[in-house]
Amino acid sequence: MANHEVDDITGVETTGHEWDGIKELNNPLPRWWLWTFYGCIAVGLGISVLYPAWPLFGGPTPGVLGYSTRTELSNDLAAAQLAQAGLIAKVAATPVADILIDADLNRYATAGGASAFKVHCIQCHGTGAEGGVGYPNLNDDEWIWGGTIDEVYATITHGARDPGDPDTHYNIMPNFGADAILEAPQIATVATYVASLSGLEGGVNTPEGAQIFADNCAACHGDDAKGKPELGGPDLTDQIWLYNGSLDSIVAQLGKPRHGTMPAWGVRLGDTTVKELAVYVHGLGGGR
Amino acid sequence: MLDTPEAGDATQPDRYDVGAVNSKAQRESLYAARKKIFPKRASGKFRQLKWIVMAITLGIYYLVPFLRWDRGAYAPDQAVLVDLANRRFYFFFIEIWPQEFYYVAGLLVMAGVGLFLITSTVGRAWCGYACPQTVWVDLFLVVERAIEGDRNARIKLDSGPWTLDKIGKRLAKHSIWILIGIVTGGAWILYFADAPTLIAQVFTLQAPFVAYGTIALLTATTYTFGGIMREQVCTYMCPWPRIQSVMLDEYSLTVTYNSWRGEPRSRHAKKAIAQGKPVGDCVDCNACVVVCPMGIDIREGQQLECITCALCIDACDDVMGKLGRESGLISYATLNDFNANMELAGAGMPAGIEPRRVRDSVTGKLVDAIRHTTWRSIVRPRTIAYFVVWASIGLLMLAALAVRTPLEVNVLHDRNPQYVLLSDGSIRNGFTLKFLNMTQAPRAIVLTLSGLDGATMSTAEGGDQPATSFAFEIEPDRVLEERIFVRLPADAATGPAKDFRFEVTAGDGSIHASAGAKFETPSETRK
Repeated sequence: MANHEVDDITGVETTGHEWDGIKELNNPLPRWWLWTFYGCIAVGLGISVLYPAWPLFGGPTPGVLGYSTRTELSNDLAAAQLAQAGLIAKVAATPVADILIDADLNRYATAGGASAFKVHCIQCHGTGAEGGVGYPNLNDDEWIWGGTIDEVYATITHGARDPGDPDTHYNIMPNFGADAILEAPQIATVATYVASLSGLEGGVNTPEGAQIFADNCAACHGDDAKGKPELGGPDLTDQIWLYNGSLDSIVAQLGKPRHGTMPAWGVRLGDTTVKELAVYVHGLGGGR
Repeated sequence: MLDTPEAGDATQPDRYDVGAVNSKAQRESLYAARKKIFPKRASGKFRQLKWIVMAITLGIYYLVPFLRWDRGAYAPDQAVLVDLANRRFYFFFIEIWPQEFYYVAGLLVMAGVGLFLITSTVGRAWCGYACPQTVWVDLFLVVERAIEGDRNARIKLDSGPWTLDKIGKRLAKHSIWILIGIVTGGAWILYFADAPTLIAQVFTLQAPFVAYGTIALLTATTYTFGGIMREQVCTYMCPWPRIQSVMLDEYSLTVTYNSWRGEPRSRHAKKAIAQGKPVGDCVDCNACVVVCPMGIDIREGQQLECITCALCIDACDDVMGKLGRESGLISYATLNDFNANMELAGAGMPAGIEPRRVRDSVTGKLVDAIRHTTWRSIVRPRTIAYFVVWASIGLLMLAALAVRTPLEVNVLHDRNPQYVLLSDGSIRNGFTLKFLNMTQAPRAIVLTLSGLDGATMSTAEGGDQPATSFAFEIEPDRVLEERIFVRLPADAATGPAKDFRFEVTAGDGSIHASAGAKFETPSETRK
């Protein structure tokens, strides 16, 4: 250092740093601080030897303990699986309807179903299972393929219109307009008739409309238009519509119907997870 | 350096040729090694008071976990218990749940304001009497004195060679200290589990690891702070003294050397009087210095290190008694009274303090004009304000505790979807309700709605069966969680979101709880 300045009062050399007349004394570091500092360095060196530490081109140095976070995660997962093994086995062995009755099993299955739902189902049905246009709301009490626990379980297992599953729910509404099965005035008439059943705006209940409905629609939707879950024919008298509830959208659906598909989850997730999903969906509030 | 009490006649006190370790004049660089302090045993009224406080505080700490309090079959019978696993805090007849932690917050606020109150009136009484550091150092000193003897013997032993005797004494002392540490840590963990069970577990090596870890940690801190570091904890580590110094003012009690009657101090009073020199009461015997556990000389005035343990008062009163003078040369006094007396003694005058001004020339007694510190000296608007705040918080908490219902309901509205349209056009909202049964017996409750005309409820388990009330059974001291769906007919479920309440009654209806909630309606109807 160029100039050695010694502070008069303390007799300690200054560092030469000065702020508004306040000079920094060149006191030694406190001993406890210094030893803590050395200790930290020693611990750091120890850690870098024991654990993965230094980044190299082919990945970090492995460390002599062979520790890796991935191994730890898979161990943790295995431990969690092991801890839940009893319940998982019980879910697997219990018919899905009986899971509902067993309070503990129900709680476990609902929790498991909720997390599986968030991974596999929310893409179409929404995070709250609230659905959207073309994707059914699973909270309500309208079920296209039936709302009992067994029916929900079957729907999740085999999906809807999944070409890979022979037992999938399958139906197709004819292209009444596009394939010229019905004339345009007939479509208008039956559409206003259907709209009248649930009190939609523009709905008119006419004998002509009722006749066209009986001839063309009742086979799937039922004579009273209250739907046939075994065929997947939706209830047309209630307030819930898959593709918007309006006269225009009924006309559009009659002309060239839209059909959603749902994958068969049984083979993808396994029976146990599907059971849990069924219990969860059934418990959302609309289950029959 | 070894004390050499000067031989003298019986009326003369023992004198100690010693300087205070932490005296300003002697203070060295912070890098110098600590000088050991060997406090001499004091005796007198304050030492007596400190023994009593020590017995009470240590008694409370070590024995409270063993107190029992019958709470019936469903709760532990330990009077004071922090049940971390079940998240309950039991204090005699009070049971606190985690969401009622504001009681603890209130106690902490009371402790804070109480510290203001105590410090601004009676000074650092916490430091001097009740602080665990003070109490445990006192306890450790008792052990040290019992094994190594009083001050002189300890100094001799410390500076002497490592003989078998010294090794034996040191081993005994440190062993007992560590034993006290273990018992201290052992008592701590008893507040967190059933005491008799845990003690059995600890001795049979079946206690949880955290119990042993806590014992080890508290043994280490007790031994280090109480045995090794002692006054350094107060001077260097503790923030309390710095805060408390701010709280003190000229009305606060501090341990004061009354220099207005003590100065000029003289070792050879008779000779000085014969020479016609002014002589104060202080005979410079250093008794106040040798008893000080903080290693200071109180005659240098109020100091950061002083914990106001008042042992110097005892020591000085003892000396004054031997000399046949009034006690209180060192006493609790306020700065106001001290200043008034200093003025009386002529502090501001050219000649300085003259003892004759405070003493009656005929009787030799202290004159009546001297101000004595009484309760009037310390009570003032500030302390009254502190007391009012402190007491108000306490009363508020007591009132809250008195009207507290042991039944509570919490409501959580479904986040998504906010509402569900059902096939008949009615609207349904989903809620998660938590019923808290804060008693030690099972409780039957009835849930109803209020403020929502035409609404029905249903549960997921109960299917879609509408009901206007539900009955549930809650286990003792437990939370029951239920999903409740509330449904409004289409014509009622329009307009803005509706406020309503979930009402819960228990027993004959005398115990009641309720929680507000909102019924969300379809946005297109909110015109």
